[in-house]
Amino acid sequence: MHAGIIFLLVIVGSVLFHIFTPWYWTDIASNWGGMDSTITLTFWVGGGVFVAVCLFMVYCIFRYSHKEDRRAEYKPEDKKLEKILTWATTLGVCALLAPGLIIWNQYVNVPKNALEVDVMAWQWGWQYRLPGADGKLGTTQVRNIADNNPFGINPDDPFGKDDIMIESDVINLENNRPVKILLRSVDVLHNWYVPQFRSKMDAVPGTVTFYWFEPNKVGEYEVLCAEYCGVGHYAMRGGVEVQDKAEYEVWLSEQETFQQLSARYEKLNVDGNKLVKK
Amino acid sequence: MSDEYDNNKSYQAQSSEVLDGSAGSVNPDMDYVRPAEIPEQDLYHAHSFIEKWIFCQDAKVIGVQYFLTAVFTGIVGLILSWLMRLQLGFPELAGFMTAEHYYQFVTMHGMIMVVYFLTALFLGGFGNYLIPLMVGARDMVFPYVNMLSFWMFFVAVAVLMASFFVPGGPTGAGWTLYPPQTILEGTPGSGMGILLMLISLSLFVIGFTMGGLNYMITILQARTRGMTLMRMPLTVWGIFTATVLAMLAFPALLVSAIMMTLDKVLQTSFFMPTILKAGEVLEYGGGSPILFQHLFWFFGHPEVYIVALPAFGIVSDLISVHARKNIFGYRMMVWAIVGIGALSFFVWAHHMYVSGMNPWFGFFFATTTLIIAVPTAMKVYNWILTLWRGNIRINTVMLWCLGFIVTFVNGGITGIFLGNVSVDVPLSDTYFVIAHFHMVMGIAPLMVIMGAVYHWFPLVAGKMLHEGLGKWHFWITFLGAYSIYFPMHYLGFIGVPRRYFEMYDSPYMTSAVGMNEFISIAAFIVGAAQFILVFNIIKTLKTGKKAEQNPWKANSLEWYTSTVPPEHGNFGERLPVVHRWPYDFSVPGAKDDFIPQTTAPSEVVNTEVEKT
Repeated sequence: MHAGIIFLLVIVGSVLFHIFTPWYWTDIASNWGGMDSTITLTFWVGGGVFVAVCLFMVYCIFRYSHKEDRRAEYKPEDKKLEKILTWATTLGVCALLAPGLIIWNQYVNVPKNALEVDVMAWQWGWQYRLPGADGKLGTTQVRNIADNNPFGINPDDPFGKDDIMIESDVINLENNRPVKILLRSVDVLHNWYVPQFRSKMDAVPGTVTFYWFEPNKVGEYEVLCAEYCGVGHYAMRGGVEVQDKAEYEVWLSEQETFQQLSARYEKLNVDGNKLVKK
Repeated sequence: MSDEYDNNKSYQAQSSEVLDGSAGSVNPDMDYVRPAEIPEQDLYHAHSFIEKWIFCQDAKVIGVQYFLTAVFTGIVGLILSWLMRLQLGFPELAGFMTAEHYYQFVTMHGMIMVVYFLTALFLGGFGNYLIPLMVGARDMVFPYVNMLSFWMFFVAVAVLMASFFVPGGPTGAGWTLYPPQTILEGTPGSGMGILLMLISLSLFVIGFTMGGLNYMITILQARTRGMTLMRMPLTVWGIFTATVLAMLAFPALLVSAIMMTLDKVLQTSFFMPTILKAGEVLEYGGGSPILFQHLFWFFGHPEVYIVALPAFGIVSDLISVHARKNIFGYRMMVWAIVGIGALSFFVWAHHMYVSGMNPWFGFFFATTTLIIAVPTAMKVYNWILTLWRGNIRINTVMLWCLGFIVTFVNGGITGIFLGNVSVDVPLSDTYFVIAHFHMVMGIAPLMVIMGAVYHWFPLVAGKMLHEGLGKWHFWITFLGAYSIYFPMHYLGFIGVPRRYFEMYDSPYMTSAVGMNEFISIAAFIVGAAQFILVFNIIKTLKTGKKAEQNPWKANSLEWYTSTVPPEHGNFGERLPVVHRWPYDFSVPGAKDDFIPQTTAPSEVVNTEVEKT
């Protein structure tokens, strides 16, 4: 009897915890509300099954606990019941899978107007690159990375010249404009993750991965590394500032292009040589 | 072939009944069992203390050796989890702990618990002890190889533990050992530590293959007369299917361990692309880190079921015995075990939805993953339908089973969140994942292990464990573990990432501090509560009540040995002959509420048995 009561309290407690929890997801700041709704749907269906199964179990504890003079029912199989349960479960599973796949289809198909952002990760930090006036990012190679070429842009690639380099772990994004995050890493696995945007993907050295989202709430957000990347993993933070178009464009115009950076380094070199000669 | 048997049929069948001392004269056709096809096994009996207790060839002793070694590693894993929880809940008290230490503890805790504790305990421990007894064999078919299997495991554990004492300490790469970071500086233990881990895993796989071949062939070839496959207890079905999975999955782990060792030692580039470290390009190039993840999870996901299937099987038997009712839908249960086992090889990349693999894989793996929910749900229904209209003894064993149902259903349903590809995106790599897999493959199988310990202790030791202590042990463990992992899901909803040494400078995460303190306290209590069992065992061995033979009134063969505890050879002069499945409880018309598997139909003529 006590056992039944305690199990019942566990189930009731679980439901109450879910209703009154102060711990729940952060306010969403991207287009992926569908993920939240699928979670809510799964909660209703899955939570319902959990409560139903457990309550049935508690009922059995109360109703059928051992009595010397009673015999259990002898019924090895009930084909009909098993069939009903199998189909009901299959139906429930399909109902959950369908929205999941529909949203995944959106997740892997990036809108054409999305702004490409090169997110480059290393142990332990981030930097960002945006396409310049030509709208295209230049190709890169790890071996090209140097002080005067922090992103490893191929010097012969004409698309790379006007790329905008943001040598900071904070990037600004324009509100309500989809972005395609192109992830790469120069050393180990990382993952550029902003909980409020809901989306994430690993950065894998040797390849470029991607995902997309559309920020829809102006504000500052923290970037977390979500894939274990060595001892500094927990400290690998960054930031995103979502701004309205006007402010964003002011910010963008203040950033340096690859060409400008190269020129700056060349000048440094020339100046340095002059100094040495003097 | 069949003609030969037919010629001997009447003679053999009759003679066995006469020798069994059962009432063969009533109806010899009714009691017919197939004649013996293979001769009796010659057993090597021990001649000395060392042969009997150390280099022993008796599967039962090997089972206990596996069990004790696995429990030792489990205690190490438990202590590591305490240290992690100290850091997460009360960092001010964990000043001695650096981030390096923390990641080393995380890694070793995970690897120990999954491989060296759970896998070894279920298959090496319960498998060795129960398979020969339950199928009616004198021993495993290759006792010498079986002995080697344990000692290989022992060496693997020794190598693993040695890694705590090498320069740089054990590996801190996370139990998934993802390259490239695993073998690069910047990850703790990337020198000797990771090498010893890879060597230890390789030894484990080799030793385990020796054991696994034994379990499979014993079950397929050494069953006693009358023990058809569809009369085997579900425990045996669970262990058998898990062993087949292990034989197919562990090679993937072995090759990935070997390839990574080569990457580390000979600078090959199986998993290593071009890498820039500290301003220099390393001597690697062209390898694929994602290839490792595919290999790892091709092993890793079946591994989940290598742990879960024996637990499914054992819990089915425990529920049936203690509810005094046949397991509901035996055939469905068997096919569900086999089906889940087969499907488990087609779902591995659901661990990799956000790994950077081609995202189109997501559609396939989400579908297969959710399909596997159907047979799994059927098992759950059948467990609770076994309780329905039963005559349930609410004893310690049953409490652990009920605790299993609650935690397993809970963890199974959070699995549907994570398997459903787009729902996984916000939740992967957060504490939701930690809570999910601890609930479903940590706590739930542990509940079964505990139930099994209380259930079979009278067989192994001949004494009954103390019920009162057992109930305290259960309630503290169940309520404590549930209050650790249930709220932990909600940390994942907030977005708290896993494998963070420190996390609380983000504004939306500060509310998690209180919960982390609570979880840590619960973890300390649950861990400490396990020593109630240790105390109970020691006390019982010293002063416990002597167990009668078959104290739970079960039907399966392990309770019908010639002595309790069973001696080497298990069954005395003659092997038992099996006439029915092990679930004939509460059969209408029978005198007792159970009919042992060895009971011939002619001995219980008035019963209305549906399935035998």
